[in-house]
Amino acid sequence: MKFIFDRNTWQEIFGSISKNKTRTIITIVGVLWGIFIYIALSGAAKGMDNGFEKVFESVSMNSMFVWGQSTSMPYEGFKTGRPMQLKLGDVAKMQNRIPEINNIAPRITLGNFGSDPVFTVRGQKSGSYPVNGDYPVYTKIATKQIFDGGRFINDEDILQARKVCVIGERNLQELFEKDEDPIGQFIRIGDVYFQVVGVHKLSQGVSFDNDNAIFIPFTTFQKLYNTGDNVDYFCIAAYDNVDVVQVEKDVKALLRNIHRVNPEDERAFGSFNLGEMFTRVSGFAKGMTFLSLVVGIATILAGVIGIGNILLISVKERTKELGVRRALGATPAEVRNQIVLESVFLTMIAGVMGIILGAGVLSIINNLTKDLDFPYTNPTVPIPYVLGALLIMVVLGTLIGLIPAQRAVSIKPIDALREE
Amino acid sequence: MIEIKNLHKSYKMGKNSLHVLKGIDFSVEEGELVAIMGSSGSGKSTLLNILGMLDELDEGTYTLDGVPIKNLNETKAANYRNKFLGFIFQSFNLINYKSAAENVALPLYYQRVSRKERQEKALKYLEQVGLKQWATHLPSELSGGQKQRVAIARAMAAEPKVLLADEPTGALDSTTSYEVMDLIQKINDQGNTILVVTHEEDIAHMCKRIVHLKDGVIVEDKKVEQVRAAQYV
Repeated sequence: MKFIFDRNTWQEIFGSISKNKTRTIITIVGVLWGIFIYIALSGAAKGMDNGFEKVFESVSMNSMFVWGQSTSMPYEGFKTGRPMQLKLGDVAKMQNRIPEINNIAPRITLGNFGSDPVFTVRGQKSGSYPVNGDYPVYTKIATKQIFDGGRFINDEDILQARKVCVIGERNLQELFEKDEDPIGQFIRIGDVYFQVVGVHKLSQGVSFDNDNAIFIPFTTFQKLYNTGDNVDYFCIAAYDNVDVVQVEKDVKALLRNIHRVNPEDERAFGSFNLGEMFTRVSGFAKGMTFLSLVVGIATILAGVIGIGNILLISVKERTKELGVRRALGATPAEVRNQIVLESVFLTMIAGVMGIILGAGVLSIINNLTKDLDFPYTNPTVPIPYVLGALLIMVVLGTLIGLIPAQRAVSIKPIDALREE
Repeated sequence: MIEIKNLHKSYKMGKNSLHVLKGIDFSVEEGELVAIMGSSGSGKSTLLNILGMLDELDEGTYTLDGVPIKNLNETKAANYRNKFLGFIFQSFNLINYKSAAENVALPLYYQRVSRKERQEKALKYLEQVGLKQWATHLPSELSGGQKQRVAIARAMAAEPKVLLADEPTGALDSTTSYEVMDLIQKINDQGNTILVVTHEEDIAHMCKRIVHLKDGVIVEDKKVEQVRAAQYV
């Protein structure tokens, strides 16, 4: 293997490829294109993957909603069409009976599901907004980014049923003057004055709430609107690595049991499973990654075969040269090494150029999509993938180089010289 | 220098076997300039190829500078060629993408001579054939005679025991032919052993000895009065 590190070998190879420019360029383009496609595709797929990840970053990825509808089957003397009302007491039962559940946030709301939003006033300004009664645990399921200086509803608010509220960015714009600090100010929600304790940011990705939703403590809501233990819907987050579809089924089965609904009645409770949706989307992104990997590697393969092809043709073209070299004392091994090294060297050069080009295109795409409302973030190709591709190329370059090299050696020098 | 005894060579052409060399006994002393003549098909090129280890003999013995040449594999043959032999071809066989100097330096590369020394030697031999100022030119920028002189410099560069020239003037006009022969004679004057395959009488008479081949056997082997090529140049 000494010849690999011999400067003379490389001077000879470099001479041979630098003086056959057309051949070299055509050869390089094949592999360059292959690795470029590979890098660009897998980077783009990764960017999409990251993009989806970002979309879902503000919500717990294995969360779901459950709400009450009305029964569609008679059961234990109850007739069909009985409306279902979720109760606060369901929370403890669910947490006890379904260990996969991490957090449950009960929520009661006005202004969603067809009920009228609440007329809200501050000074001369007013608007109608949905109002949610929430527990602090809600932030563990859907992260609420609160602007500096504010906070979300806390346990003390719940205990004392304080009249405090967290407003959205839109409420802020519509109810307050520009540059006014809303924290500590009072707004009238319905007939009651609330102190603003925080302003929540609208998250860019998937979110449970609009930017005009007002949050107040659950207990305050109960007292104000006399809703007792009623709950409009549960936000439920399961632990990581749990089959959320199964949890969803368990939850609904348990609720049917608690509320004395026919176990077969699928219509009594409605649900929306974000985890399932996320699994699908991320599965799609994974599929794209896999596809791009396959396409990329296939293109690299095609490129390397192209190199082999051109080297094979060039060996035919160079038969005489190789014959002369052998007449002058080149051993078969030296001729073979030269061809193989030419192949490997070209593959490497092309590969590195392709990687650089691909990275450039990825960074251009990244810049172009930065401000777009499009799930695409930070397209990257992991270094092991790049090195892996390079390794594949070197190995394939060697193997494919062996074919023309063997051919070059198999021609007797006497026949090679005779060829005109 | 060269010792050949009872050399036989035949080629298989399908079912038929073509007996090209039918028992050749032939020897060359150091410093000789031998012309091998014969019509086409007489076996002169085959003989030269066997002498050049580009082809294998079927029967007989071949000794070069005291070394018996037998049981050659390609690697061994390559090493012997590199050490013992310099080739001059009818069609020059220069590598077209290498400059004159690089072409001359090529056999030295395979002798693992350092790059610097290669360049020095290449220039030295190019100077000997009078082409030093053409060192950086590509073969396509040289005339036929110049190409053959570069090829001669290349054959000389490895400092071989024997120079084998296969129709060195075959592709040249007569004036250039004489120039090339003049060069070959001068190299011979320095004590180098040279074998020239030719079918031209006047070229053959510029050598010191003429061997006539006919139908695979030597029919005539005589010393001649050498005609100096310089007088025609």
